[in-house]
Order: sequence, then C-alpha cells, then structure tokens
Amino acid sequence: MSTFDQTLDVKGAKCPMPLVKSRKALTELTVGQTLKVIATDKGSVADFQGWAKTAKNVELVAQETVSEGSQALYVHYLKRTA
Amino acid sequence: MTLAVEQTDTQTLLDRLSTLEARVVELEAHPAQGIEDRLAMVVFSGDLDKVIAALIIATGAASMGLETSMFFTFWGITAVKKQKLFTGKSLLEQGFTAMLPGKLGETGLSQMNFFGAGAQIIRGLMQKHGVTSPEELFGLAQELGVKMIVCDMSRELLGINDEELVDGLETGGVATFLGDAARAKVTLFI
Repeated sequence: MSTFDQTLDVKGAKCPMPLVKSRKALTELTVGQTLKVIATDKGSVADFQGWAKTAKNVELVAQETVSEGSQALYVHYLKRTA
Repeated sequence: MTLAVEQTDTQTLLDRLSTLEARVVELEAHPAQGIEDRLAMVVFSGDLDKVIAALIIATGAASMGLETSMFFTFWGITAVKKQKLFTGKSLLEQGFTAMLPGKLGETGLSQMNFFGAGAQIIRGLMQKHGVTSPEELFGLAQELGVKMIVCDMSRELLGINDEELVDGLETGGVATFLGDAARAKVTLFI
C-alpha cells in the first residue's frame, strides 16, 4: 500500500475513460503528489503502464489488484513528476 | 600557458560529456518525449465502428500527453457533420447529401450493419458495458485539445457546406496533415 494525496474512483468506466479522468485529476495535483486510481477495467493495468512509459510527467509508483466482494479492483498509484 | 589552455579545454569537454550523458539517460527513460510527441491520424472512413476506434485512440493519446490531430477526409467528414442542408446545392450534391448520413448518430457499421440495426445494437452494447458513447468521446476529444481538421477538397467534392459541420474545426489540405504527420511518432489511417 503506497501513500497518496488524492483518490479517483473510476469504477465501471471503460477504456479510454480511466485514462481521460486520471489525466484530468493528475493535472489538478501539484508536482510530486500521488494519485490513487481505483478501476474495474482490467485493461487499465496495461494502459497505465503504457502511459507511464510514454509520458515524462507521470510515474507509475505501484499497481495492485484487490477484491471487493465478487469483483476485482485494479488500483494504480500515479505520481506527477512534472 | 599552452598547458593551462589545454586543461580548460579538457574540462569543458568533460563538462559537455557529462551533460550529454545525463541527456541520454533522460531520453532513454522517456523515448516518446520531445518535439515529436505527437499523433496524427487520417479519418477516411465514415463507418461508425471505425470512427469509434479513431475517437478512442485520439482521446487516449491526448490524455497520455500526445499532441493529437485528426484529419477528416472523404467519408470521414460524416463524423464531423451536425446536419444535412439542401439549399443552394446542385442536383448531384443534393443526391450525395440525401444518401450520406447527416451526423455521427446516423452512421452505420462497416460490417453487419443490417440497414442501421447493427449500429443500434452496437450502441446498445456500448451503453450496457459502460463504454462512453461516440458523441461523448467526440466532445471529450475537443475538450482535450485534439486538433480536428477537415479536408477542404473532399468537403467540396461531396458538396458539404461549412454550416453542416460542427463548430471548432480547422480547414486544411494534404500539407496540413503532413505538417503534423512529419513530426509525429504515431500516424494512422483509419
């Protein structure tokens, strides 16, 4: 469990919405702060890795899968680096 | 005296070397960054399924921080239409207007369209699965700063007026697209 400054709930949102919403939320953070994104979209795991690989202002600090009842939650920790 | 000059030169070179080394490390860590951090796509098709794919890629790319531009040409112009207008058009142009969809909402699938039933089924499925609708994706793309350019030549050819197009579009030709594409990391033809 990483530390974070802000939480974004994108449960139920499908590609590309987790990315779009995270982008918006991340721009509202200050440099150095971390955003915790909670998604149900399985594709978001690879999506956030791809984003972090491409963009220089985002760092993927950690990713984890937790189960909430019967559904899996994909949690991503994104740090704004610039 | 000569020795002192040489020492300064060596020091300057070493400084430059370490600056360059740092730059290489930085660039290797973020290969897609720099002035070429762009995506340029041609939207040639006016089929709903292909336009959805184009819009998802565009919104995704813009979210990832890529400067994104969409160049709408030929049937693809349908995706940026908001209405059909018949006044002031030649008979042939009126025919085209009648045959072509008046907006994104009237477009069909490239396969299994079944006279529009397929498109409705896909829209229904998207809603059921919580996928953002094509119209919302279009609005999002504009909001995210995706540059949208309409090919003026094919717009004229198909007899489409500016009044039939959504607001906030740019007009251009092949050089407009290539100007973006030449600097882009990713180019697509959809």
